[in-house]
Amino acid sequence: MTISGVALLAICTLLGGLLGDLLGVALGVKANVGGVGIAMMFLIAARLWLVRHGLLSRGLNTGVEFWGSFYIPIVVAMAAQQNVVAAAKGGPIVVIAGLGAVAVCFTMVALIGRLSGRVETMDEIEAREAIEANVPHFKSGRVG
Amino acid sequence: MTMISHVLAANALITAFAAVGILMWISGAISKYLTFGRIHGSAIAIMLGLVLAFFGGLATGGEKGVADLPALTGIGLMGGAMLRDFAIVATAFEVDVIHARKAGLIGAVALGLGTVVPFILGVLVAAAFGYTDAESLTTIGAGAVTYIVGPVTGAAIGASSPVIALSIATGVFKAVIVMIGTPFVAKMIGLDNPRSAMVFGGLMGTVSGVSGGLAATDRRLVPYGALTATFHTGLGCLAAPSILYFTVRAIIGS
Repeated sequence: MTISGVALLAICTLLGGLLGDLLGVALGVKANVGGVGIAMMFLIAARLWLVRHGLLSRGLNTGVEFWGSFYIPIVVAMAAQQNVVAAAKGGPIVVIAGLGAVAVCFTMVALIGRLSGRVETMDEIEAREAIEANVPHFKSGRVG
Repeated sequence: MTMISHVLAANALITAFAAVGILMWISGAISKYLTFGRIHGSAIAIMLGLVLAFFGGLATGGEKGVADLPALTGIGLMGGAMLRDFAIVATAFEVDVIHARKAGLIGAVALGLGTVVPFILGVLVAAAFGYTDAESLTTIGAGAVTYIVGPVTGAAIGASSPVIALSIATGVFKAVIVMIGTPFVAKMIGLDNPRSAMVFGGLMGTVSGVSGGLAATDRRLVPYGALTATFHTGLGCLAAPSILYFTVRAIIGS
């Protein structure tokens, strides 16, 4: 049933929100601490459990995935109700923070790639797979 | 005319679905015909949303963008905290733990760095622009992580709406730069294998930026980048309003 997916999602979200609030109280802040992240972990755990017990039905999947696929439209709606007039007064901060973050991250992708040595490129993997596909019987070392 | 506005206002949430849908069709068309698929339709839709919120704010003098227009109050519900958190939690369903393990240690390192480094940079820029309270600094720093982490963090720790709007704008700008810039720097940063794509996804974070940027570079790399990128928002939503917020608060001592 589709509703089981939506209900599962709702229960995870509520539990996450509750624990986030409790964590906030425990840490002495008037805020929800990581409720969304905790809810996501609940959902991942629930999914693993359901798969292991063979209970992940198609309807349940549909119920959750519909909302997952809905998140870009919701973010668009969220963007459309922000106080942009006030933000526009901030101007250059957006450009500098955005450009800076991207530049630093690009550099780090290059650095991590160089430091951790060379690996097969996508082209090489495809070429190797194409060769292996032509001679499948020699894989295990036995003939025939 | 009054009948139309009555129907729109009486079915506020339905009107919002229709309005956002139309906005996304337009954005899809702009993406396809004006940018030749280089900028993802969703990034254009979000930018259009922010533009509309700007004019909505000018027209009504309110603080809630187009949601202050009587016919579009449903946008406020659709894009409000309740449905937003609900939809973000749902995306966790797509995370495959077995596949995720393949990304291994290097993916985890990239994820950690991809959250902390942009955050620090965002906080420093915000501080340079005269923000001094921990809430604003953290929210703008979180916006430099992704445009989702920014508002989630801002809402959680109680930042003001203009600051949240700034953090979204920063995150969206970052996503757009990733989409446009990736094909141009791909060769330079060695973006030609699954592992570097996973590192890239973890560091860049924004799913629309990563999938758009990788699609424009090499379509085969998209799933690898998206795999780590889907963890990014969750990690950011967990860390930014908690550990990172407390760290900022401890440093500025308020």
